[in-house]
Amino acid sequence: MRFAMAIDTRKCVGCSDCVVACQTENNVPIGYCRDWIVEINDGTYPQLEMEIRSERCNHCTNSPCVRCCPTGASHYDYGGTVLVTPHKCIGCGACIASCPYDARYTHPKGYVDKCTFCIHRVKDGLPPACVAVCPTKCLYFGDTDDPRSEISQVLKKRKYKRLIPEAGTNPNLYFLI
Amino acid sequence: MREELIISGRMNPMVDPTLNIWHWQIPLYLFLGGVAAGILFFASLYYIMGREKKYPAAIKWAPMITPFLLILGLGALFLDLNHKAFFWQLYLAIRIESPMSWGAWSLLVITPVSVIWSATWLKELLPAWQWKYPFLDELEAFFIKYRLILAWIMLLYAVILGVYTGILLSAFNARPLWNTSILGPLFFASSLSTGAAVIMLMAKSHLERNIFSRIDLMLIGIELFLIVHMFMGFQASTQVQIDAANMFLGGPYTEVFWIFVVFIGLLVPAFLEVLELLGYKIPIVITSTLVLTGGLFLRFIIVYAGQASRYLY
Repeated sequence: MRFAMAIDTRKCVGCSDCVVACQTENNVPIGYCRDWIVEINDGTYPQLEMEIRSERCNHCTNSPCVRCCPTGASHYDYGGTVLVTPHKCIGCGACIASCPYDARYTHPKGYVDKCTFCIHRVKDGLPPACVAVCPTKCLYFGDTDDPRSEISQVLKKRKYKRLIPEAGTNPNLYFLI
Repeated sequence: MREELIISGRMNPMVDPTLNIWHWQIPLYLFLGGVAAGILFFASLYYIMGREKKYPAAIKWAPMITPFLLILGLGALFLDLNHKAFFWQLYLAIRIESPMSWGAWSLLVITPVSVIWSATWLKELLPAWQWKYPFLDELEAFFIKYRLILAWIMLLYAVILGVYTGILLSAFNARPLWNTSILGPLFFASSLSTGAAVIMLMAKSHLERNIFSRIDLMLIGIELFLIVHMFMGFQASTQVQIDAANMFLGGPYTEVFWIFVVFIGLLVPAFLEVLELLGYKIPIVITSTLVLTGGLFLRFIIVYAGQASRYLY
């Protein structure tokens, strides 16, 4: 099993609903966020192009954060997700420095925190909070090892890119273009 | 024109707008650990080579301060942790892939070894010294008997301590400035150089001071070569590493790096050491202080600039 997410940059309108849903679902402390929206404006008027992406932890297959963690608090879990065990984390910051996507932060309680793909919901058969609320249905979550899953189908049909695969992370967020 | 914005607002403390997770504690530790590694390296090396009489400052005097340097450094490391109550988790795991795990375990070996090494020389250096409990005398006799084995262990762990501080940073491929294998050798050369500077400062005989002055001169040459080599490597690499090098070649870190590390920390002391070898009288305090300042600045600049360098996507 290999959980992944596909984000349709042609459908995303950048409403930030996913960000708020995540903060509510996961009790993310005020002033922090586990997911965020990036807008890229390219060109000069009138030839303008815009891309909007909803970004979060890439749950990399070759995670630098898991590699750098001195205690094993950052680890691979159910379906290849990358999770942090708070009571094993010493808050050294190595994983934060190692993440090319800057997806991690130090929780006010001291341990490192990040997107979990809402694994507690996924285990109950529910989609992650961000996917569930997306008003344009631009987020796809599922198992890329299963060729019949919705995400596998959409990745077969559409062109996509991944963010900085040259960092050697083998990321699992796919941006449909 | 291309413009990238985070429009949902992301201001995670210590991560945005640029990474700022490591503050003064880490570079200070890297410096103190480096100095200790340098001193212990020379102490064990020259002890193994049988130069006990010739280099008393290197083998006996200078190691006396290493337990304090290491404990101060460990204190700084502890202050850096954000989840302090769980620090012991470091010693419940051996993570081969994590340089920080290697470092934690190495410190657990080298700190007591440095204490034992210093303790075995105490009576020789301070004739009035008496151990309070008799079992300490027995322990001392035991360690003096096996001092050679202790020296070999110390040599090995001094090298690991000196090299790992550089490897620790170079393992982060997310930060292009750190992501160069030159950093390991550069930090090791710098730690040997700062260690030699402390030994020069403590040396009483002209001969010992002179030898360590020569060693330091050679190490400064190696450091200069590695720095040039590092920037050449960056310039021939990917765009993110070219950008990382440009922070030092015209960017915000240009003046502070070339003035404080290269000029004041390497070129001036090298010049003074050459003058000394030619027979001029140069106060050793000046040379040593400059070398130590350069080493401290190198750690601070690399740690801070590395956090500012990143992938842009």
